[in-house]
Amino acid sequence: MRRVYLDHAATTPVRKEVVDVMTRYMLDVFGNPSSIHQFGREARKGMEEAREHVASLVGAQPEEIVFTSGGTESDNMAVRGVAEALEKKGNHIITSAIEHHAILHTCEYLEKHRGYEVTYLPVDYFGMVSPDDVRAAIRPSTVLVTVMMANNEVGTIQRLAEIGLVCREAEVTFHSDAVQAAGAIPVDVEDLAVDLMSLSGHKMYGPKGVGALYIRKGTKIRPIAYGGAHEKQRRPGTEGVPGIVGLGEAARLARAEMDSRVSHVRYLRDRLISGLLEVEETRLNGHPSHRLPNNSNVSVAYVEGESMLLNLDMAGIGCSSGSACTSGSLEPSHVLLAMGLDHEEAHGSLRMTLGYENTVEDVDYVIGVFPGIVKRLREMSPLARKGEPR
Amino acid sequence: MYNEKVMDHFCNPRNVGEMEDADGVGQVGNPVCGDVLRLAIKVKDGRIEEARFMTFGCGAAIATSSVLTEMVKGMSLEEAMEVTNRMVAGALGGLPPVKMHCSNLAADALQKAIEDYKGRLLRQEAV
Repeated sequence: MRRVYLDHAATTPVRKEVVDVMTRYMLDVFGNPSSIHQFGREARKGMEEAREHVASLVGAQPEEIVFTSGGTESDNMAVRGVAEALEKKGNHIITSAIEHHAILHTCEYLEKHRGYEVTYLPVDYFGMVSPDDVRAAIRPSTVLVTVMMANNEVGTIQRLAEIGLVCREAEVTFHSDAVQAAGAIPVDVEDLAVDLMSLSGHKMYGPKGVGALYIRKGTKIRPIAYGGAHEKQRRPGTEGVPGIVGLGEAARLARAEMDSRVSHVRYLRDRLISGLLEVEETRLNGHPSHRLPNNSNVSVAYVEGESMLLNLDMAGIGCSSGSACTSGSLEPSHVLLAMGLDHEEAHGSLRMTLGYENTVEDVDYVIGVFPGIVKRLREMSPLARKGEPR
Repeated sequence: MYNEKVMDHFCNPRNVGEMEDADGVGQVGNPVCGDVLRLAIKVKDGRIEEARFMTFGCGAAIATSSVLTEMVKGMSLEEAMEVTNRMVAGALGGLPPVKMHCSNLAADALQKAIEDYKGRLLRQEAV
């Protein structure tokens, strides 16, 4: 049976070149980068080259890149690290309602247990945060604004440069979770005026368990774990060199292949979206144009997401849904609800995220299988009325 | 995530559809929680002769609906009232723990359908 992977926002396959580099840094160049002997120095050299590649991907200086265990740690470190470093200045944080849980749950922790106040900015129907809302929410006590660059569920890309400018004018530290954006679209920390930015390896054909936090020179931040003096005292622990060099290689490839990847997945995405929307009573979620080139997200009336996922899985197609059944809670996607979808629309959402290894044949296969699955589930849905759409 | 029996009932659901001449209908759940289940029964001589369902919901919701319609066929109304959601899950060989609470509503729909049937009987007698 044909197998089609359309869940690249969840994770990507690891590129062969990345695996090759990582293997070398496990078998041959295995030293501890903190050691002064040549074994250690070789490992450090590889790590510092990786830092340059990651920095280049986002227009940063190498010393502004700190390696972490992934996007979640980067987000935790940015929010808690900045909040705690600036606790004398104030206790107010601004974020958006559609952030990843790595941001939202960290903010909730600071609210509940550390006395911080958090403003959760709303988004419009397309999932956009208004820069004016950011400006209006800033108080003298605001220590951090954190708004993601591109949403993981609906792919909406924020007007980040405008938000960055608002923060800069108000002299408030600005962080962005760019886990979905980095490697997928051009990202430049200068253009966007961000002070901190989270990145992840496994969303860009690198390995899992490694990420990075860009920290603009001069930004006040405290570590969130304590131990050795690694990463210039910013993140303790022996560096995960194989993962780091893997991330570096993935970043290098993403930068080199950016244009061709973007145009390829964008073509497939548009073909996929128009194919899926051929089915009656479906709608596109997220912004029609300000969206990641690889993201499609549609809501299908009268059917529930998990049952669609199971059927698609049986047809060899891997994708995801914002349904409660796949969120691990009783509530459907907080992102879709924040955008104003009702519960039924959120339960019936389907996210398909493409990668550069997908083909036109993959997309056409999915478009071919999809209507039959929807028809079958609608035929057993008490919400659908035969012949007379509600 | 789901065992083979659940997947079998999900892929090949038994007794799906509306029942034009139902004796009792029970609907539970709502689109907000992500599951809506409508169960219709046909009753003859105090026993459930036939049960059919329509379900909007996840794999567990569809599979529990399906297996319930098989379980209750031939049961007396008294026996059918004793059926619990746990028993329905048991008939499927178990459900993932997270599904036990949210998408396991079939027995609730059955009880509503039986109550609906009894209510109709009372109203008929009153006429």
